[in-house]
Amino acid sequence: MPLNQMIRMEIYTFVLLAVIAIASALGMILSKNTVNSALLLVFNLLSIAGVYLLLQAQFLALIQILVYAGAIMVLFLFVIMLLNLDQEESFFEKVRVKYLIAFLLGAVILGQILYSLGGVTDLLPEISPDMEFVGTVEALGDVLYTEYLFAFEMTAILLTAAVVGALMIAQYKKKKTDESE
Amino acid sequence: MIGIDWYLALSAVIFVIGMIGVLIRRNAIVVFMCVELMLNAVNLSLVAFSAYHGDVTGQILVFFSLAVAAAEAVIGLAIILAIFRNNLSVDITKINLLRW
Repeated sequence: MPLNQMIRMEIYTFVLLAVIAIASALGMILSKNTVNSALLLVFNLLSIAGVYLLLQAQFLALIQILVYAGAIMVLFLFVIMLLNLDQEESFFEKVRVKYLIAFLLGAVILGQILYSLGGVTDLLPEISPDMEFVGTVEALGDVLYTEYLFAFEMTAILLTAAVVGALMIAQYKKKKTDESE
Repeated sequence: MIGIDWYLALSAVIFVIGMIGVLIRRNAIVVFMCVELMLNAVNLSLVAFSAYHGDVTGQILVFFSLAVAAAEAVIGLAIILAIFRNNLSVDITKINLLRW
């Protein structure tokens, strides 16, 4: 009885999170206001973090909230604020053929992916109950700091290079200020 | 646990929504956010496979993909800022300098 109830609970939670995720993703691509799009994307990222929790990936759920919904989306909002955008006009009035083609292409690709997913579930191995807890911080850190230590250090270099590159690209008219001084 | 196909189907739907967004939107920032959405959908399927195989490698891959996505977001937004300074627009139909 408890197992059955647990599975039902899991299904309910999953359906709730999936509906929030899909609805906010649709709202994101359809909303005219850029800030609304960004906030709906935050909703989507949070609900996907909830799905990660359902999958016993606690570490990634936390990282998703901290890095994606926190840091990256704040960056997006800052850039939206800096650019001072006006609303995108005539979203659905003009060039309907283009939208039709886009939706058609999306439907075709969705069909392809779902079709190819059909055969995947037979290939899964049977896993023991203790193997279900691979997503804890302990299990992940254990592998990350031994087997993947080099890649982890490379990530640090990558992030440093990204910061320096962003500073170089977004710098505001450096040459002119040099001449004026 | 419920079947893995639920997670994979959710991932596919979100991926396709992001793809449609990239195709129909003209605001460069929204296009960029749609790319983030697609990255997230793929991360979701990686985590699902990792959990159902009982193998931690998929989640390590998602960790690195998060780091690369952060770097990519920083650089991409800097490029959008630089384009906005030159063009005074983030409409991708007006950024056609390299168009044939």
